[in-house]
Amino acid sequence: MSFQPVKFYQTGTFTVGNRLLPPEERSVQASAKRFNSINSGHRACQGCGEALGARYAIDAAMEATDGQVIAANATGCLEVFSTPYPETSWQIPWIHSLFGNTAAVATGIAAALKVKGLSQNPKTRVVAQGGDGGTTDIGFGCLSGMFERNDDVLYICYDNGGYMNTGVQRSSATPPAARTATTMAVGPEPGNVFGQGKFVPAIAMAHNIPYVATATVADLRDLEAKVRRAMEFRGARYIHILVPCPLGWGTPSQDTIKMARLAKETGIFPVFEAEHGEIKSVLAIRRPLPVEDYLRPQKRYAHLFGKTPALATIAHIQELADRNIRKYGLQARKEGH
Amino acid sequence: MDKPFAITLDPGSSLANRTGSWRTFRPEYLDRLPPCNAACPAGENIQGWLFHAESGDYEKAWQSLVENNPLPAIMGRVCYHPCEGGCNRQHVDSAVGINSVERFLGDEARKQGWKFAPPAASTGKRVLVVGSGPAGLSAAYHLTRLGHQAVIYEAAPLAGGMMRFGIPKYRLPREVLDAEIKRLTDFGVELHLQTKVADVLQAMKDGFDAVFLGVGAHIAKRAYIPAGDANKVLDAVAVLRGMEGHDAPMLGRKVVVYGGGNTAIDVARTARRLGAEEAIIVYRRTRDKMPAHDFEVEEALQEGISIKWLSTIKEAGESDIMVEKMALDDKGFPQPTGEFERIEADSVVLALGQDADLSLLENVPGLVVEGGLIQVDAGMMTGHPGVFAGGDMAGSERTVTVAVGHGKKAARAIDAWLRGEVYAPPPKPEIATIERMNSWYYSDAPKTMRPVLDIIRRQSTFEEVLGGLDESNALFEARRCMSCGNCFECDNCYGVCPDNAVIKLGPGKRFRFNYDYCKGCGICAAECPCGAIRMVAEEN
Repeated sequence: MSFQPVKFYQTGTFTVGNRLLPPEERSVQASAKRFNSINSGHRACQGCGEALGARYAIDAAMEATDGQVIAANATGCLEVFSTPYPETSWQIPWIHSLFGNTAAVATGIAAALKVKGLSQNPKTRVVAQGGDGGTTDIGFGCLSGMFERNDDVLYICYDNGGYMNTGVQRSSATPPAARTATTMAVGPEPGNVFGQGKFVPAIAMAHNIPYVATATVADLRDLEAKVRRAMEFRGARYIHILVPCPLGWGTPSQDTIKMARLAKETGIFPVFEAEHGEIKSVLAIRRPLPVEDYLRPQKRYAHLFGKTPALATIAHIQELADRNIRKYGLQARKEGH
Repeated sequence: MDKPFAITLDPGSSLANRTGSWRTFRPEYLDRLPPCNAACPAGENIQGWLFHAESGDYEKAWQSLVENNPLPAIMGRVCYHPCEGGCNRQHVDSAVGINSVERFLGDEARKQGWKFAPPAASTGKRVLVVGSGPAGLSAAYHLTRLGHQAVIYEAAPLAGGMMRFGIPKYRLPREVLDAEIKRLTDFGVELHLQTKVADVLQAMKDGFDAVFLGVGAHIAKRAYIPAGDANKVLDAVAVLRGMEGHDAPMLGRKVVVYGGGNTAIDVARTARRLGAEEAIIVYRRTRDKMPAHDFEVEEALQEGISIKWLSTIKEAGESDIMVEKMALDDKGFPQPTGEFERIEADSVVLALGQDADLSLLENVPGLVVEGGLIQVDAGMMTGHPGVFAGGDMAGSERTVTVAVGHGKKAARAIDAWLRGEVYAPPPKPEIATIERMNSWYYSDAPKTMRPVLDIIRRQSTFEEVLGGLDESNALFEARRCMSCGNCFECDNCYGVCPDNAVIKLGPGKRFRFNYDYCKGCGICAAECPCGAIRMVAEEN
């Protein structure tokens, strides 16, 4: 676990705040003085997980650096809904890059800060952010280069499993069997192919960079602790945040956090952190559930639950989740241990 | 400023974009009724007082508790806690030990000498309260709070009614009872002992504007049992009352108790403590049909009391009784089988229920009595204007808590009646069911068990069986409360809004929605642990 959970204070550290805890033990998001790095008025869909995840992460980064953050932002949902010219929701220095080069732009900003002597004192830090399309597909070469050079950038990927703002096309982070506009639910194997998968956090770890973590919008305390931890390192750092997308996933707008929680509880999405290529902690499953509980509420998997349920496909997805549980040691354990 | 083609806003913040216009549903904060409160016969705001106990402010918790019930230390011992039966936490692990926290608060109040908040300004009205049982004490307390002078006439030499003359000491130590009664007299309740009211209308002529009757039900019901001269057939009320005198009742070595209610259990356990080697309860039906509460049956069995199910007493001989076995018919009623058995017994105690003594009402016109109970309206008023009644004489569910609830309800109705009005209770909000909550957010926390007196001392002394909680585990237990239906400021709505459309108003002030930007996604309502937000369709 990335942070010391409060064992029992009614809601412990599960809720955003907790009136029974001293203010310094509450989350950044609980504070009336939080930065609101991405402000109201943005044009994200109702219940957008990415808008939420971005505020969680960047507010935590701002808190950890006394408000000294510059962000580079790949093209994608986050950029489109936050900054339709001439207005922006960002309340931080923010630079829009191309779709594929945000890691390189961030590298350049970090280099410029170094040249100008601004990277040490005051310690302005650089964050690059993008969706799964801009990270795992289009921007992957730049990202790997940034890792390999160990540039002083925290790269945050908001993974919603597809190109959502252009109409829900498949990306290399789209999960198997999911229906998208380019992987229709037709033919003998409807939806996205199973393929080999491409789990970028594991690839990031393979670069042995100082810090790699995954998180979801359902575990705020864990997410904030990881951003804070990432800011304790210099060099390349990577955080991959699962952000459910009501539009692309076909889920009710109020269920965004619930879907992220189900992804974690079923083992579909492993939540862990690694330093220098080695896993340091995992967020264990609290109440184990079968993957069906995660799949069934999503319209992108509706074809699995038709008149004749696709039992073999569901079993295959269960196997992948079970592998995650084994591989990362996510088994449920007694609370507080 | 000349703007480029299709650009309408100055460069700057997105705050100009009021996304609230997207909304088809709007979130609203509300307080729902916690199921514990809904289940409490005394109408306590349990969630409300636990809220203060959770933060360790026990005095505030106690003050909040006594707004509805002036007897927390007694309640924390003798209440059968229907609140815990309603508690939503049972769907998570097990119900919150509300009763044990209530007792802790009641005992803290005794230790710390906490006092009731001062009553309202005097109205100059005087109300006679007949009987100092829980109904009478509660009515007198609430009348006093409302500014009326409450005067209790009690026939017995000591106050408390069945709490003193019915409930054994091992369940309710008398110093607890005395302390809570004294707090009431200190508060301004006038108490006259050994003052029997023979004619209520006559008594009212002593300058009273209204009367509340809470005389209880203490005439034991009898059953005809042919008995030899030498056998002792006693009634439970007399035995339990006798425990308050100087000489304990002589019950002998082998005691048979006839009946299946809580009183039967109390007598059997009392007999065991008085030295009876055997205490046997004879009951005509089965355990699941028994009116006594299951945990009391369990405690009695632990103390070595045996129970003969499906049995009736046919006759009582000199040193034994004849018991007939029964069998349940299709409708679940016991029918005789013709099989008999003899059981050794030095005495037989009948615990077959009680009737109210209504003789003081003989000359009151307009009263309706049905099935031995005086009939009252929704405000506890009898058929005679200005005469109110509650407690065992007015209800078939005869518990201390129900009586306290009657007293409160009657006091409010009397207060309105004295002003020529009719009390209208505020409408009750919908119940905060577990389906309306999100229990994910509550930490796992099993219920704290109370210490229990060791079995040898339970069989030989009248020391209190069930112990209390100490400060640390009372705090733990209070914090198991899920605050069903009532905001407890966990900041979830404030944190989970993707549009920053929740405004945090500061400690104790809760939150407000910013409808300029709320898109109506509903995440706040879905992720509110306690179900204090609802989504309402926007009107076009």
